[in-house]
Formats: sequence, structure tokens, C-alpha cells
Amino acid sequence: MLHNSPALVPLLLLSTAISIPVLAIKKAKVAYPLAMAASLLSVVISCYNVFRVWGNGPLTYHFGGWFPPIGIEYVLDPLSSFIAVVVNVVAFFVLWHSSGIQGREIPGKSVPYYALTLLFLCGANGIIVTGDLFNLYVFLEIFSLSMYGLIGIGEKQAPVAAFRYLIMGTIGASFYLLGLGFLYIVTGSLNMADVRNILPLVYGNPAVAAALSFMVIGMGIKMAIFPLHGWLPDAYTYAPSTSSALIAPIGTKVAAYVIIRVLFFVFGVKFVSQSLPITDLIAWLAAIGILYGSVLAMAQKELKRMLAYSSIAQIGYIGLGIGLANPLGYIGAVLHILNHAFMKGTLFLVAANLRKRFGHSDISRFDASYRKKLPWSMAAFTLAALSMIGLPPTAGFFSKWYLALGAIDKGNWVFLAVILISSLLNAVYFFRILEKVYLAPPPAPAAGENLSPDGEKRKGSLIGEEEYSLMMPVVILSFSLLLIGLWNANIVKEVIQRIIPLGM
Amino acid sequence: MTSPEIYSSTIPLYAVLVSLIAAPLIMLSSRHAILREFWTLAASVVKFALVFMLLPGALAGRIAAFTFWEISPGISLALKADQFGVFFALIASGLWILTSIYSIGYVRGLKERKQTRYFASFAVCLSATIGVAFAANLLTFVFFYEILTIATYPLVIHKETKIAISAGRKYLVYTLTAGALLIAATAWTYRIAGTLDFRAGGLFGDASFSPAAITALFLLFIGGVGVKAAVMPLHSWLPAAMVAPTPVSALLHAVAVVKSGVFGVVRVVGFVFGPALMHQFGLNIFLATVAGVTIILASLLAFQQDNLKQRLAYSTVGHLSYIVLGAALLSPASLTGGLLHIANHATMKITLFFCAGAIYVRHHKEKISELDGIGRVMPWTMGAFTVGAVGLAGIPPISGFVSKWQLGLGSLQAGEALPLAILVLSGLLNAGYFAPIIYRAFLKTPPVPYEHGEASYAMVIPLLITALLSLLLGLNPDLFFHFYRLAAAVSGSILGGIVP
Repeated sequence: MLHNSPALVPLLLLSTAISIPVLAIKKAKVAYPLAMAASLLSVVISCYNVFRVWGNGPLTYHFGGWFPPIGIEYVLDPLSSFIAVVVNVVAFFVLWHSSGIQGREIPGKSVPYYALTLLFLCGANGIIVTGDLFNLYVFLEIFSLSMYGLIGIGEKQAPVAAFRYLIMGTIGASFYLLGLGFLYIVTGSLNMADVRNILPLVYGNPAVAAALSFMVIGMGIKMAIFPLHGWLPDAYTYAPSTSSALIAPIGTKVAAYVIIRVLFFVFGVKFVSQSLPITDLIAWLAAIGILYGSVLAMAQKELKRMLAYSSIAQIGYIGLGIGLANPLGYIGAVLHILNHAFMKGTLFLVAANLRKRFGHSDISRFDASYRKKLPWSMAAFTLAALSMIGLPPTAGFFSKWYLALGAIDKGNWVFLAVILISSLLNAVYFFRILEKVYLAPPPAPAAGENLSPDGEKRKGSLIGEEEYSLMMPVVILSFSLLLIGLWNANIVKEVIQRIIPLGM
Repeated sequence: MTSPEIYSSTIPLYAVLVSLIAAPLIMLSSRHAILREFWTLAASVVKFALVFMLLPGALAGRIAAFTFWEISPGISLALKADQFGVFFALIASGLWILTSIYSIGYVRGLKERKQTRYFASFAVCLSATIGVAFAANLLTFVFFYEILTIATYPLVIHKETKIAISAGRKYLVYTLTAGALLIAATAWTYRIAGTLDFRAGGLFGDASFSPAAITALFLLFIGGVGVKAAVMPLHSWLPAAMVAPTPVSALLHAVAVVKSGVFGVVRVVGFVFGPALMHQFGLNIFLATVAGVTIILASLLAFQQDNLKQRLAYSTVGHLSYIVLGAALLSPASLTGGLLHIANHATMKITLFFCAGAIYVRHHKEKISELDGIGRVMPWTMGAFTVGAVGLAGIPPISGFVSKWQLGLGSLQAGEALPLAILVLSGLLNAGYFAPIIYRAFLKTPPVPYEHGEASYAMVIPLLITALLSLLLGLNPDLFFHFYRLAAAVSGSILGGIVP
């Protein structure tokens, strides 16, 4: 187990994903424990991997004993092991939460749901650990196809949203493949490290520039960076809540990781920021996206849709950090992958709780009774919202802090202003909800209805919320935002600063 | 002056944490009023005792410091109870005890709802205020400053009326924008100086600037701390926030929150930029102008207010700028006077707010025009009010005179006559807007006889204590807490050892 641990997580998830439909033929109930077990195990293994990488440096694994560049290589360096932990941990909490929610939102579909989820996670983990550009494409397809399924499984409009994303996503993947083809023609290799070494010899070749553009556009669609975000709002809104809670924190982050990997670790910092300044373009698009997403989020009437637009803005933070192409911006971007995964995970799970409890997540209908019925969920929501606004000591403050330092380092005041204005816009659309949930008086109770919180409490549990499996993941995720914030320097120093790309 | 000795101690940490620990305890005892009030009082007394323990060290030039851990590579979350920090923390925590007692009388007298949220938020606010006072570097300062912003919000909207909610919005817009500016300024400072540790006399060392850059940076800073310090034109959240319950207006909007703002101004002027840079780039003139204009305009606006709390709010705006003016003049006496005014204005203004609250709880009157003859039924309350008002107008022997005298001296030391003229004029205006209240209260006959007399003991005793304190600190500014010695020492350290 020790020397092949990089490959273990994707394989484990893949085999469980395939065995779930078989094992659960007779008893659909088996699907959930199987998925949970696989997810828990992947959390354990990826944590173990992180510590091994910390101790011994990067780990590699060669599939079938074939050495690169001929064979496929899996690489766990501080960056990939870190992103893998983020993805697996968030997925674990979402899966835990799903037990209480999927029965209501997608009744009778638990077997395909869990199979698809594990397939999705297998794709994500594969993309993260692989050191081979074509293998990455294969996992990208697994990842995307299962994501279409996870979206399409939802309410009436969901198949349309999924189809739209399918078209967009396929175009994105094809762009990536096209770019990869160009790259292969000039370098003759698919192994990332190998390509990295060969590329400086052929930088002048226009095919390299074309390859870079194609790959960035392709992954930009997957990442939903402005203006390639068109698929995202519908997909997040109409997917079942439990799917959106899975896709929103993980889906776009994995694409962001690929962009970081390809730009800085394959093409090289100098090339992407000076010879062909594609990072500048990314930064400006991201900055526009931040404002665009925030403004549109303010206009939304439905919570999940608002969160979707907010995601576009937040992905902009990551894009901006990448685009700054300096160490501080890079730290901000990588840290925000973690922070945003936790924040958006929390927020979407709360949206799911609201839908389960009240049957809707319409912002205009929120009032103070919502908080009384779901006190812990709303507390978690508040904390995550404060983190989104970027108030200390929550994690969100530090993304903003490093990005601001990065923007100043680059001497770009527009970016600095965008970061700060965005946090104010965040405040506007989150306080709009908080005001309602904490302050808006509930409508007069209909005859025979008992709205008093005391009655509710006596009926339910001591802590005021009945379903632990819906409450605990939300609360743990949101409170870890405080921990991440307070101890972010450890993450930055131990993980992110260890793997600042050469030449930054 | 010898450089202060710094020793490691956990007292500053506990001083910050006490009320933060009290907050969940208060929330857990939401069904037991007595227990909830006990936690509040216990926390306030312990907090004050802890801060008081730091006083002898601070006077002797020994500074207690506590470092948590690195919060961003190269920057630690750190507390340092230097003289200035102890000075501010003493005022805030000391007045919290009185405000707690008063609050209990107030919320019981009005049978307020949501008392748990009220007391819990109050406790968090005080933690943040002490954190602001003891912050050893800019990032730690920003930390607690932002926590203070958020913790105050539930208190501003406490009444949950439409007006309260819109005041809350206004408050958030102003303070969160300010927070964003402050973060930008902090990040920029880090980029230039490579450090964020406060240092008396300025932290930039010999970094070089272009005049445009330093002016922009200074504006960012003043935008950041100026909102809470309510310098015009950033002041308008403060009168709006007066919809909060009176103890909140008393402690937070006359002492803790707004003084965190002026505390920030002094930190920025004395410990980030330092006198040399301020003079070199003419930043002091800019700041003094803003403060001078604020003093006069706020006093004039105070005349127009019929609502007692509104009038007090505008008066606060004016008096906060006394302190800003003192910092901007950068002479030994002006700094000492400005700092002293942090303490003196605190005791006097809190007295006035306590009186306003007592009148409201007992007689449900908020407007000055309704107060005819109220001094006859509330002699103690209105007596205390008179002490505070006379002090704010700068008439001896109340403490307001001492700080104003020092400020006046300071403006002459700085070689400027205009600030002195502004101070004199403001004194007259203060007397002008307070006199009608006292006149009405004592000399006019009530249109209908009042049904009640004084408010409860829990409310009257704190306000008598603060009035007495204002008087005693006027007679001997060094009494009990050595405010004068602390202020003079801080001013000396900023100006580089010139002790007046």
C-alpha cells in the first residue's frame, strides 16, 4: 500500500463506483454505506499522503511499471496532495449530509446518485494526481460525464441545464484535447515534467502558443471563468441541492487546479506571463467576472441562484490570483481554492436544509421563523457569509489579504479596488439574507398552526434542530472556516510556499 | 527616555478573552436573567482587574506582550499592552462595569426583548475593544477592528424597527467600507515597510516615498479609522446609530467604538507615520483642517437637534475631533491633551447618555422640548447632567477643562493660533447647546406634573459615579488611574522623549 498510495484513491473510488450498482441491485440501502466508506477511506488515504509528502518530498507512481515518458506517471507533490485533501474532505461532508436529503429530492435514485458521485470524485482525484496530460483528459471526461449526470438527475429544468452544460463542457474538453494535440506534435511527449523540459527548446514555435490558448480556453469553460461561465447558473440552480453542494465546491476548483498546473508547471511562469502574457488576460477577465458575478448575485431572488452567481465572482478571485502570476497572488489563489470549497460547501448545504425544511429557498419568503427552526444551520450560514465577505478571523479574510498583497506587489491598483469592492458587494447580498432571517417578523400564523419556537423545541431535540445528519456537516464545515483562518499561515508556509512555481 | 522593557505575559490575552468567554455563557443562560447578568458583571469586573494589573508595569515602562502565532507569513497575531493601550483599555473596561450595572437597570426598566443577544454582543464588543487597544501590529488591529464592527451591528439594530434596520444598514455600509480601506492601507504598508509592528515615532524607518503615494496611503488610513472616529464627512452613521438602546449609545457610541476610531487615528499618526513624516509631507495640516472643520460644524449641527440623543451624538462628533486635532498638532501638550480627552470625554459623555437613558426609561421622553422642569423630579440625574455638560464646555473644575487647556497650550506650542481660536469658539458653542437643556430642566415649570421621580438605583448610581469621576479627574487628572502620567508618557514616546 505504501509505495502505490498515489494511485490508490482514484482506483478505490472507481472500483466502488462500479460495484455499487451491482451490489445494490437487491437492496438500494447498501449504496449509501458503501459510498460513505469509500469516501472516508479516500479522506484517510489522502491525509496520509499529505503527511508523507511533507516528510519525504514528492511521491511518484508509475503505472504498470512503465517509466515515463512512455508510461503514465502519478505525482503527488505538496500542491496536488493538498488539493486532493480539500476535495475529498468536502466530498465526505456532502456525502454525509446527502443521507438525509437525497431521499426527498431525488426519490428512488439513490443508487445512480451514489455511483455517479463516486465516479465524479474518481475523476477529480485522477485529474489531481496524474502527471500525464492525456491521462488528465481521460479523467476529465469521467469527471464531466458524471457531473452531467449529477445535474440532470434533478428537477424538471435540470436535464435542459445539464444538456447545456454538456455542450459547453464538451467544447471545453475538445479545446483542451486540441491544445494537447498541438503540444504533442511539437514536444513528442505527454508527461508533464517531460513536456516542461522540452518546451523551452520550442517556445518560438507558434504551435506552442496555440496549444496554450486552446488549453486555457478549454479549462476556462470548465472553471466558468468570465465570460465562459454561461452554463453555471442554471446548472447549479436546477441540480438537486445535494449535487450542487458537491459540484459547486469541487467542480470548478479542479479546473482551476488544472489551469495552475498547466500554466505554471508545464508551460512555465516566464512564458505565460511575459512571452505570451495570457495571465494578464486571465487577471482582467477574472476582475470583470468578480464584479459581474457579485452584481448579478445581488439581483437574484432565489438562494441557490444567488450562490451560483456568487460562485462566478469567487472563481474570479482564484483567476485573479493566478493571473497576478506572483507568489502572493498564487498563495491567494491556492488558499482560496480551499476557502471557497468550504464556504460554498456550507452555503449550498444550508440551502439544501432550507429546501428540505420549507420546500423552497426563495429569499423573499425568508423570515425570522426560519432561524428559529434551523438555528444551527443559520448560524453556520452566517459564519460562512462573514467569511465570504472577508471579515477576520474567518478564512475568507486571508484570501482577500494575500490577493490584496499580490495586487499591490504587481502595482495594479485596479485589482486591489476590485477585491475590496467585491467584498462590499458580498456584504450587500449576504446581509440582505441575514437581515431577513434574523429580523424580518414572520407572517401571522394560520389557524391551527403552531409557530412558537418553544413548541418546536419540545417536539424536536435539545439543540433545536431535529436531523443531526443535516446539521452536523454544515456546522463542522463552517466552524472549520475559523480554524483555517486562524491557522492559515501554517497551510501557506507548509504547503503553498513549498511549491511556488519556478520563476515567480 | 530609556526604551521600554518588554516582557512576555498572558494578562493581555486574558483581558481580551474574558468577555469572549462570557459571551457563550451568557447565551447558554438565556432563560435565566439573573445568571446572564451575573456573567456580564463578573466578566466586566475581571476584565477591569486584569487591565488594572497592567497599569503599574506600564507606568514603569515595562510592557506586557503576548504573541499568539503567525497569522500570515512574517506577521504574528500579537498583543502588546503599551502605555497607550493600557490607557485606552482602562477607560473602556472601567466604564463597562458601570454600563453593565446601568444596562441591567435599563433593560429591566423597559422590559426589553432579546436581552441575551444584547448582553452577548456587548461582551464581544468589549473583547474587540480591548483587542484594538492591545494590538501590537496593524494586522492584529484590523482583526479586532473588524470584529468590533460586526459585534456592534446587533446592538444598533436591537429594536428591530424599520428605522433601526436602516440605521444598521447605514452603519454597515460606512464601517465595512472603512474596513476595506484599512485592509488596503495595511497591505500597502506591509509592502513598503516590510513590517506592521507599531513603533512610537513611526514604523516606516527610512523607506522612501513619493509625496503622492504617501498622501494616498494616509488618506486610505484616515478613511479606514476616520469613519469610527466620525470625522466629517464620514460621521453620518453616528447620529443614525442613536436608535440603539441608550447604554449602547453610552458605552459604544461615546466610548468604545468611536474611541477605537480616534485611538486608531493616534496609532496611525504616532505609531505608523510618525511626526517626521507627518510634518515632511504636510499631512498634519490636512488632518488638523479636517478636525477643525468637524469641531465647528458638528457643534453648529448640535444646535438643531431636538432629540436629546441626537444632540449628544453631534456633540460627540465634535469632541472626537478635539482628539484628532490634538494628534494632528503633534506638540507635546496637544498630544497629551488629546489623549486626556479620550478619558475625559468618555466619563463626561457617558454621564450625559446615562442621564438621557434614565429620562427615557422613567418618563419616556426623548425630546429636549419635553424636558421642562424635569430637574425637579430627577434632581440627581439632572445634577449629574449639568456636571457633564459644564465639563464638555470646558469650564473648570470639571475634567473637560484640563484636556482643553492642554490642547490650547499645545496649539501655541505648535505655533498655531487658529486651533486655539477653534477650541475657544467650540467651548462657547458647547455651552450654547447645553445651556437650554439645563435651563429647561431646572427653571421652567412642567406643563403637566411628572408622574414619576428618579429612575432605579441601578441606573442612577452609575451616572452619579461617572459625574463624580469627571469632577475628580478635573481636580486631579492623575487620580486613581494616572491618566495624565500615561498620556504624557505616550506623547513623549511619540515625539521622541520630549516629556513636557
